[in-house]
Amino acid sequence: MEGLPILSLMMCVPLAGAIACLFAGANAARWIALGATLVTFVLGILLWANYDIGGPQWQFTERANLFAGFEYKLGIDGIALMLIMLSVFLMPVCILASWDSIHKRVGEYMAAFLFMEVLMIGTFAAQDLFLFYVFFEAGLIPMYLIIGVWGGDNRIYASYKFFLYTLLGSVLMLIAMFWMVAEAGTSDIPTLMQYGFPPQAQTWLWLAFFASFAVKVPMWPLHTWLPDAHVQAPTAGSVILAGVLLKLGGYGFIRFSLPMFPEASAQFAWLVFILSMIAVVYTSLVALVQADMKKLIAYSSVAHMAIVTVGLFAFNVQGLEGAMIIMLSHGLVSGALFLCVGVIYDRLHTREIARYGGLAINMPYYALFFLLFTMASIGLPGTSGFVGEFLSLAGVYQASSLVALIATTGIILGAAYMLYLYRRVAFGAQVNADAAKMGDITLREWAMMAPIAAAVLWMGVYPESFLAPMRADIAVLDARLAAAAPASDAQLAPGTPRAAAANALSHHENAAEEGAH
Amino acid sequence: MDFAPSFALVAPELLLIAAGLVLLLVAAWGGDRLARPVAIAAAAALFGAGVLLVPGLHTGAEGPATLAFGGLLKVDGFALFAKALIYLAAIGALMVAPAFFASPSAGPERGMRAEYPVLVLFACVGMSIMVSANDFMSLYLGLELNSLSAYVLAAILRRDTRSGEAGLKYFVLGALASGILLYGMSLLYGFTGGTSFLAVRAGLTGEMGTGALFGVIFVLAGLAFKISAVPFHMWTPDVYEGAPTPVTAFFATAPKVAAVALTARVVFAVFGGQIDAWQQIVMFTALASIIFGALGAIGQDNLKRLLAYSSINNIGFILLGLAVASPQGAAAMLIYLFIYVAMSLGSFTALLMLRGEDGAVFETFADIRGLSVTRPAIAWALLLFMFSLAGIPPLLGFYSKFVVFQATIEAGLVAFGAIAIAASVIGAFYYIKFVKVMFFDEPAGVVTGRSGAGHWALLVLTAAIVSPLGYLLTPALADLADKAAASLFLAA
Repeated sequence: MEGLPILSLMMCVPLAGAIACLFAGANAARWIALGATLVTFVLGILLWANYDIGGPQWQFTERANLFAGFEYKLGIDGIALMLIMLSVFLMPVCILASWDSIHKRVGEYMAAFLFMEVLMIGTFAAQDLFLFYVFFEAGLIPMYLIIGVWGGDNRIYASYKFFLYTLLGSVLMLIAMFWMVAEAGTSDIPTLMQYGFPPQAQTWLWLAFFASFAVKVPMWPLHTWLPDAHVQAPTAGSVILAGVLLKLGGYGFIRFSLPMFPEASAQFAWLVFILSMIAVVYTSLVALVQADMKKLIAYSSVAHMAIVTVGLFAFNVQGLEGAMIIMLSHGLVSGALFLCVGVIYDRLHTREIARYGGLAINMPYYALFFLLFTMASIGLPGTSGFVGEFLSLAGVYQASSLVALIATTGIILGAAYMLYLYRRVAFGAQVNADAAKMGDITLREWAMMAPIAAAVLWMGVYPESFLAPMRADIAVLDARLAAAAPASDAQLAPGTPRAAAANALSHHENAAEEGAH
Repeated sequence: MDFAPSFALVAPELLLIAAGLVLLLVAAWGGDRLARPVAIAAAAALFGAGVLLVPGLHTGAEGPATLAFGGLLKVDGFALFAKALIYLAAIGALMVAPAFFASPSAGPERGMRAEYPVLVLFACVGMSIMVSANDFMSLYLGLELNSLSAYVLAAILRRDTRSGEAGLKYFVLGALASGILLYGMSLLYGFTGGTSFLAVRAGLTGEMGTGALFGVIFVLAGLAFKISAVPFHMWTPDVYEGAPTPVTAFFATAPKVAAVALTARVVFAVFGGQIDAWQQIVMFTALASIIFGALGAIGQDNLKRLLAYSSINNIGFILLGLAVASPQGAAAMLIYLFIYVAMSLGSFTALLMLRGEDGAVFETFADIRGLSVTRPAIAWALLLFMFSLAGIPPLLGFYSKFVVFQATIEAGLVAFGAIAIAASVIGAFYYIKFVKVMFFDEPAGVVTGRSGAGHWALLVLTAAIVSPLGYLLTPALADLADKAAASLFLAA
């Protein structure tokens, strides 16, 4: 792999595909898009296979002096690797999900998705602060088009809201970036991650970055764009939005806010905790009363991402690892749930929960997959959701037992709204004749669902595969955060050990005494 | 006095003057039949003048060797950069003109008048003098030569009432601005005893008197009028809407460059020793232009009018670079100008390509509904321009905002920069409305006419510059702008 600029190659393939799709006919565009995303996925597997666990922190580095003001500089660590893998894994699935459901302007649609893939890989691989911003922000354009052109009835409102909300969040981050680069004299991310900004400045910088990432994650009360965007976007748009774009916020926290501003992160941990606790309880309750399936899953995303943020700001290894695993798991599971909605939406063209019922009878395989992903969303042991949520909550328990207590109610409420959803859709009587006539999943839908199901189980049973590449990076981050970590409320005072075990039987002593007589 | 070096320095202007006079005679005797060849000859003359700039542009000319005619003109790297941009913009404006004037949109008298290219040439001579002025006399001379040509250009469709109205408004308000500027210049002359930039600068050292301060403010107000910065922007939407579209394309690019460059020259070369006196004024004007330009555009239905507000908005960002008062800020401003010219020229070219079956040019939102279905190439190009104007990466418009804001923050104006960038989000609202109308709405299907190769060439070229490919230009552009800005500050 020496010398092969694999990260650039992974961006060039979808870019070439995007340009080809713009000029291709509908059917050709579908195949080009599928081919390009599959090639990128194969390159991603190569990337993972060649990633040297325990090797240097930044691998596959590339640099070229192409621009004035910032550099074209790529490179990944384990965290970025995992998120890139998530992106390239979900992309072919998205293309398959759009295969039949998109009829108009297919070429442009596929081009927008492929362009999105370029930007996602670029965002995770960028090693220059401004290059990161370019990729991060550029995602607005294809997403705006995807929601606006191929979205539902209220798509215009949703696309405007999505665009302006995220833009306003990001521009303040840009100002902070300028200040950081002026202060540190470099826009190199690995250097900045080690740079000690003055704590007073960190406060402002942290808030500016928070404005951007909190909108992206999204955190309550900045989440209101998400249900609109999700509901109006086409199925694949929702998948990519929930699967990868929300992770940009979490990635931002773990790559920028925490290592660059550790003191400010500690100072504001309470803010993140409070917002996350509200998010967990409030959005879960909101999810419980939704009549629209997509909206329900959208609100559940907010709740799950709140468990990510509490884990991130727990300032310990479990919390960080848990947050990363939830991000990966949620990327797969919420993506898969949106696919499940998409499958039945394609058949009946409604997202209203009440219009379905008893699908387990006529669509048994569909019901099986839906059940698996529902359970993974709840966090059943054996699925990916359990690993992440357990680690994250275990991490935050060390920081604050109150936060852990309230965040854990999210699991219970999650079980409530997900099982309630599942019961209404898959179980019960077949009250709607048209829903009862729907056929089971096709081969194409199998091809979408089965790989995600396999990945969810793999991550649930053997998370080590996913944790191993990130372990060293999280340890480095933890070491950097250690000095700033706020005092935890778990006052673990070592007690004085007893002389004898608590359950030691006393008659031996008595016997000994008796023997002394 | 040996005039040979001076004449050598103004060779591009001499070429343009000679070409203008000859073509004027050709136009007078040949009539409007020859309008097209005259336009081509004028574009060739501008190109030739541009080529003459290249050596000095490359080395970043500076020092006493750049002074011409006893210090009346200063042909330094800064002037050369601005001139190059002006000539390029003017060539673009000439390229798109004939087709428009031949269409029904040009009113009852069809066909381009042969004076049109000649007037553009004279306007360019005026602008050349403006950007290389080193004395208030030569400044005023250049400004008026440019303005008088521009008034006629705005009203060139004599039987079209909108065009006539635009010309008259432009003339009355432009004359008012010139008066304000002259009054300011006279005050400065009275309080410093000179008209040359050096003399006025020397007279403005130390504690500044009220009279001189008024002079500074009046001069700045007059210049703000010319660059259409808030609060002196009111003429812009009316003139842009009323003037024939190729003329609007011209107004939005070349004279903007000239006026901004002139403002920068005056501010740094003349008032450079008194930064405190004008910095707050420029900061206010910049912020006000960004905000009012953005808010004013939101309700507009006419695309030309909308682009007029957009130009006010952009002037605000350019003035940010000026407010910073550092070589970095000036370089950022020049980079912004270059990218702004490419974006504006591209947007207006795209507008001129929105033609009906009979060739008439459309100019409202209702006409471009669903353009992405009927005319995908134009729609995608406009999408690039609009996202670029909104400053969304990876388009080059982001880079222009990038350099300006970087200069602002590095100069320590953090709060100011934060407010300005937050205000830029308001602007994004109407730029994405363009995209919404073209891509999300059902097709109106009225844009069916074809456009010539010249339009396509210009559209493709500007779109390529604005696209991410444009970032490959940034090292060269930054280098040129740095040299140009350095020569501006060397004077001080």
